[in-house]
Amino acid sequence: MTTDPAAAAVAELFRRESGRITAWLLRRYGAGRYAMVEDAVQDALVAALRAWRIGGVPVEASAWLHASARNAMVDRLRRAARIERHASALRLGEVVAVVPDDTVPGQAEPLADDLLMLLFVCAHPALEASTRITLMARSVCGFTVAEIASAFHDKPAAVAQRLVRAKAKLTAIDARFEWPEGVALSERRDSVLAAIHLMFTTGHRPIGGDQLVDATLCAEALRLAELVAADARTRSPEAHALAALIALHHARHSARLTRDGMAVSLADQDRMLWDRSVLARGFLHLERAIGGERLSRWHLEAEIAALHAAAPSIEATDWHAIVRAYDDLLALTKSPAVRLNRAIALAWRAGARAGLAELKGLAADWRSGDRGPLDAAFAELHEQLGEREAAEAFWARALEAATNAAERRYLARRLAAARSVAVATGST
Amino acid sequence: MARYILFLHERPEAFARFSPAEMARIIGEYRAWAQSLRTRNALAGGEKLADDPGRVMRAKGSDVVVADGPYAESRELVGGYFIVIADSYDAAAALARDCPHLRYGGAIELRAIHELA
Repeated sequence: MTTDPAAAAVAELFRRESGRITAWLLRRYGAGRYAMVEDAVQDALVAALRAWRIGGVPVEASAWLHASARNAMVDRLRRAARIERHASALRLGEVVAVVPDDTVPGQAEPLADDLLMLLFVCAHPALEASTRITLMARSVCGFTVAEIASAFHDKPAAVAQRLVRAKAKLTAIDARFEWPEGVALSERRDSVLAAIHLMFTTGHRPIGGDQLVDATLCAEALRLAELVAADARTRSPEAHALAALIALHHARHSARLTRDGMAVSLADQDRMLWDRSVLARGFLHLERAIGGERLSRWHLEAEIAALHAAAPSIEATDWHAIVRAYDDLLALTKSPAVRLNRAIALAWRAGARAGLAELKGLAADWRSGDRGPLDAAFAELHEQLGEREAAEAFWARALEAATNAAERRYLARRLAAARSVAVATGST
Repeated sequence: MARYILFLHERPEAFARFSPAEMARIIGEYRAWAQSLRTRNALAGGEKLADDPGRVMRAKGSDVVVADGPYAESRELVGGYFIVIADSYDAAAALARDCPHLRYGGAIELRAIHELA
């Protein structure tokens, strides 16, 4: 990224505005024109680059970009119509007829409605789940192909191709912004929420990836979840639960990494660094999440995050309640990762020995290829018990399994620390 | 001291391949260059020119004919200009040499403004 603060502000403006403008244009010209809309947005950014580099960033930057993109879109439609004129009946007439001469929105207008609709188009049932989130990240959030590829550990060419296919599909089915109703609406909302959740978990990974992109992914996920939760047509207890979950985790993001990008475990985090206002938003959403007919995994995960957020220290955390919430979550998801987290919570409640016993049971059933998180949990608990040799062996195993550079750095540091303690105390 | 005008020749589509973050960075580079001139009192202005072809007007007999300007058919145009203050062509060229424009495929046409006083 860039170190120039002014350039960083413009980059953030470009990213944010391109999502808003994409939504704004798609609503007016139809999701079937996705590819053209995207080109028009890029046209507007190039125009901004060429004008602003000389004259500076205008005060009404958002309105400037909107107007510029709309002009580019009209140009592109005219050009397309000119080309088409020779081949078939002219469509420009209808195109121009459906274009309302609306005013350009200013910075003050949040355009929430357009973004929300775009979000629901991205979750179109005709698209695959992995495509939906790619499309969301690109169009609603304005991430570049390269940023999406790095966030999802994918190749840029693969991301680009997924986008091309998605656009072709939307064009082929001539997708329009139409609000689904009844069951279709709640199904569509489920996939919107699932995609937002995936966006959040991708950004919230403990280490690895571009820190700036990761933090922005989480902030965007929170914004989108709140968008869904706030609108009368789309709000639901699950949407609030997801917004709560994201807010309660994201509030801790400044405390999760050191300045040089080293992960800080929950136990070692400086709780003064947690963002109180984002936490408060999380608690508010959690309150509103109550009253649904079903208890979703997001309700339970948000509850766990809230118990952590409310605790003054790691020791003074209500581990009984957390283990209970993990019990419910395990019953709901049957996920080994949940069971692993439950074992760690159990260690805090009943001691490292109890946690280890649970881990051993889990290790016997562990089917996932990646044993790294399991080995790291073993190492942590052995270390707490002063069993240095075992801790060292597990840190080494976790390090061996890790592929991510930042993760390797973290594990190597823990391994070195375990070794130096062993040497200092004369333990062999 | 004299004023020199820097015409920024460019192909607009040369910038189309950049990502938004790169574009923001490039804006920052131009602004930093202009700012460094400004602090030395060496910048007298600069503006973006519109991307239309412009007009060329000629007398034809007793009429005036207005036609599209020279950029109607070409892919390259003058995207804008800066005016710098220097005491020689060489000094002006030295200022222009650092302009980021040259790093992004553009050309700079440097002309001295003929000062009458």
